[in-house]
Parts: sequence; C-alpha cells; structure tokens
Amino acid sequence: MIKRSFLSALAILGMASAVAVAADTPASLMAQYAKQAGVPVSALSAPRGAALYRTEHPGRDGQAVSCAGCHTANPTQAGRSRVGKRIEPLAPAANPQRFTDAAKVEKWFRRNCQDVLQRECSAQEKGDFIAWLSQAR
Amino acid sequence: MNYLLRGIGVIATVGAVSLLAFSLPSGEAHGDGGGNVLPRLTNKAWQQECASCHIAYAPALLPKASWRRLMGGLDQHFGENASLDPATQADILRFLEANAADSGTSRMGNRVMQGMNPNEAPLRITETRWFVRKHDEVSRATWSRKSIGSAANCAACHRQADQGVFDEDTVRIPK
Repeated sequence: MIKRSFLSALAILGMASAVAVAADTPASLMAQYAKQAGVPVSALSAPRGAALYRTEHPGRDGQAVSCAGCHTANPTQAGRSRVGKRIEPLAPAANPQRFTDAAKVEKWFRRNCQDVLQRECSAQEKGDFIAWLSQAR
Repeated sequence: MNYLLRGIGVIATVGAVSLLAFSLPSGEAHGDGGGNVLPRLTNKAWQQECASCHIAYAPALLPKASWRRLMGGLDQHFGENASLDPATQADILRFLEANAADSGTSRMGNRVMQGMNPNEAPLRITETRWFVRKHDEVSRATWSRKSIGSAANCAACHRQADQGVFDEDTVRIPK
C-alpha cells in the first residue's frame, strides 16, 4: 500500500511536470499557425518564408533591417546581436532547441516582426517562416 | 487509506515548498567580492531574458530609478523591441531594485552612486560618471574596433564580465 501510494504520487508529479513542459515541435507549431490562419498545413510555403527572412525593410533609424541581418544569410550558422553577442543558429537542423517552446517562439515573433516589419507577423507568415527554417540544411 | 492520505500530504508539502521557492523574490547575493568584483547574483529570469542579447548587466551598475525607467520601456529598448510578459518583467525589476547601485548591497554600487545626482536616472551604464572615469584611457577608435563593437560589449575586454568580475587583471583589449 505504501508502495502504491508512492507510485501514484510519482505518477501525478510526472504528469504535472509533463504538462508544465509541454514540448512543441516545428511541425506542431506549423499546424497551429496554419489553423490560426485558416489554411491547411500544405498551404504554408517555404519559399515565402525564405523571402520573409531575407527581404530588407527600412528600419527605425533609416538603416535597412532584415532577419538575415542578425541571423546571417545562412540560418544554420550562428548570428550576432547588435551588441556583438552570439545568437545560436535559427534552423532546427543546426540547433534542435529551436521551435520547441511556443511561448518563446511567440515572444520572438512579437519582438522581431515589430523591429523588422514595424508590425506584427500574421499566422500565415509565422507558419511560412517555420516551414522554410525546418527544411534549411 | 491512511497511506493514501499520507501520500496526498507528501504531494501537498512538495507542492507548497516548490511554490514558495518559485514565488519568493528571487535573487540572492552571495557576498560582495570587493571593489571591482560584483556579488554573485542569481535570478533565472534576469539571466535568461537579459542575456539573450547582451550580458546580463549587473543591477549594481545603475540606480533603482534607472532600472524602473528601463524596464518600463522595453518595447523601445535602445531601438529594439525587447518586450516581456508582465509577470517576468515584474520579477526582473524586483531583482534589479533589490540589488541596484543605491541599494547598499555592493561596494561597486556605492562607487557608481558617488558623483551621481540624487534625481539622476541614466538609461545607459556608459553615461554614468563612474563608467566614464573608469574608461577615460580608452580612445574612441578602440571602442569602435570590430572586435569590440561598442562600449555596451563589456565582455569584449572584461573576459569574466558575465561572472561579475571587472578587476584590471582580467582585462584584455582585443586588436
């Protein structure tokens, strides 16, 4: 009986921690964004994602900004923040931590879309972006 | 049945203890390392969030009023959007205030406060009189070297800056 309640306590704790660190994947995030955009996952486009990554926009101080500006032209390589700190690669092929935490993904889309595009990104754009990065080698 | 109750008790205790641990104002000082070495501080959100783009600048490098201004304008953080969710933002600000230059918790903080007007709340560490005096021998050309980038990049020269160590022995200015 002691053993049983101990085991059930362990099981409950285990379930609680599994809920706390719900693991997302690039595929599950793409599915979520496609659903939000009201399109099938197959309608997400890697080439559109690549264009979003590379296109330069006029920044706040007149200088051209793009995702590639900090993350470099090749997303399997490490980038550099404006003050010189290393940014780990954005492509999951080079950095399996990427796109495994929905809250973190949303935080960075919110910040960086504002910085680069001066607006939020749409669900479709977010889906395209991940579609492209997931296949970047 | 008794055992079941006991099991529930154990879970409740574990839960309460871990809840407490996470909700206490985090960030403990582990003793002041001296004039140019900052106390070792720990606050998970401060480390994780601030250090994603630059080193997690030590709270003792600016007064409380500065940290309040800075944390109140994260959506326009030196030209970048660094906004946080309100809970994380509040957690980090509490930690910064508790260990700020004018909190009296470090000798480096006391020095930063010397020569600062009481109503001054600079946003940049590099604007404090303390910083300017400490770096008066560094030329403009040196600051703008590619290997350094800007004065915001402490770790370019202070090789142990991320551990709060700023004494001269650890300084190596890159070419």
